[in-house]
Amino acid sequence: MNPHSRIVITGVGLTAPNGNDLPTFRDNLLKGIANIQRMETRYMGSVLAGVCNYEATRYQKKRDLRTGTRAGSIGIYCAQEAIKNAGINWETTDKSRVGVYVGTTEHGNVETENEIFNISQFGYDTKYWSHHHNPRTVANNPAGEITINMGITGPHYAIGAACAAGNAGLIQAVQMLRLNEVDLAIAGGVSESVHTFGIFAAFKSQGALAYHDDPNKASRPFDLARNGIVVSEGGALYCVERLDDALARGAPILCEIIGYAMNSDATDTVLPNPERQTQCMRLALKKAGIAAQAVHIVNTHATSTPQGDIQEVVAINDVFANCPDTYINNTKSFIGHAMGAAGALELAGNIPAFTDGYVHPTINVDNLDPACKVHNLVVDKPLKPSKIDVILNNSFGMLGINSALIVRKFN
Amino acid sequence: MTHEEVKQIVLDIIAEIAPDEDISNVKPDVRLREQLDLDSMDFLDIVMELRKKHGIEVPEEDYTKLASLDSCAEYLTPKFKAKAS
Repeated sequence: MNPHSRIVITGVGLTAPNGNDLPTFRDNLLKGIANIQRMETRYMGSVLAGVCNYEATRYQKKRDLRTGTRAGSIGIYCAQEAIKNAGINWETTDKSRVGVYVGTTEHGNVETENEIFNISQFGYDTKYWSHHHNPRTVANNPAGEITINMGITGPHYAIGAACAAGNAGLIQAVQMLRLNEVDLAIAGGVSESVHTFGIFAAFKSQGALAYHDDPNKASRPFDLARNGIVVSEGGALYCVERLDDALARGAPILCEIIGYAMNSDATDTVLPNPERQTQCMRLALKKAGIAAQAVHIVNTHATSTPQGDIQEVVAINDVFANCPDTYINNTKSFIGHAMGAAGALELAGNIPAFTDGYVHPTINVDNLDPACKVHNLVVDKPLKPSKIDVILNNSFGMLGINSALIVRKFN
Repeated sequence: MTHEEVKQIVLDIIAEIAPDEDISNVKPDVRLREQLDLDSMDFLDIVMELRKKHGIEVPEEDYTKLASLDSCAEYLTPKFKAKAS
């Protein structure tokens, strides 16, 4: 492929419940260190959640933190860190040629719940409703806050793609770079979901909210006793560039995005459809021009729900049926489900495998559910295969939205 | 309620809505926006906090009367006094 059409990742900024930069995050994934905590949430009391503790004032004034949103703040932190990580001279960068594509599962629930609570303190008189509500809740908010903070005048928008949003943000970046709409994309996903009681309450009503006496054991995909999702916040944004541009500026190249696919189940609002997931992964492989055997790591989407994990295993066992060199892992077992950030964060956690040579494990599988039996599932300890050249990152979401992204080690 | 007390109430609100600003040397006779980094949304925050914390209403046509600490005191002191009586 023409180097002008080949797309590479040159930097990443992230915040996860167990790390605020890639080296720390990766180190904890290799050491088996999770970080889920008990958190007080409005109306529901104590819930289990993955909470980030990044230094927000590194890039924002306190006033901007007060008037903006948590998703915007996470986005700003990740975007600034990504630019730094990519070694980009920001002062000389043409900001009109930078695009910001931020995946979100949902946006506005946190801010709306806060305002309803606020006016409840004043007898529900709407004259106490904040004038900040609209700029906080427009769907483009997280991406827009990034552009204001960094002086970016190119296009920005958020991509609503449920829990496939992290991958969707990156896919948008690939497409816009190939169309020459931008020269640099800041793309991935963010989540502020732990600050809305609604998401916890809805998962609980659905019978899909995790609980365990030990918070760090609560998110346990593939385990027989798994009982639901741990909701988390977080973010991962990447610097994405065309290969020729990256080479010309001597950029550090973390990996190349060689394939992707998105499709829709068109069957159910919440129950995944393994047939469509299979089709999605196969389409991504076809676009990448590789066979399933060429994939060395499949990062599963599995969220620790009784039904969803089985569905994904069915799909993976179909696509990777005869793939002795393909290893399967899961990141949510460490950090919970970071919603719109999940796909982007989980990819980030796996990319260092190209340099350190390890497949990070999935943890908390005390008793593997026989229905979740999958070949080469890496459990508890990192594994060092003979070669790691290709990673496939699954990310699926409600309303039946599926995504698969494939990255390759850059030589 | 004196003018000085009203100025302190306004300064306390500014300290809350613009926590990055140094408010130790705000000149009372100079427009607030000339000496502090405040925008129109911040002024709406001042109006909202007066409403929430003190039950004071500032109609839109009077927003210009909040330009400086002196003008705030001039305009708001009678309102605080009326509220107290």
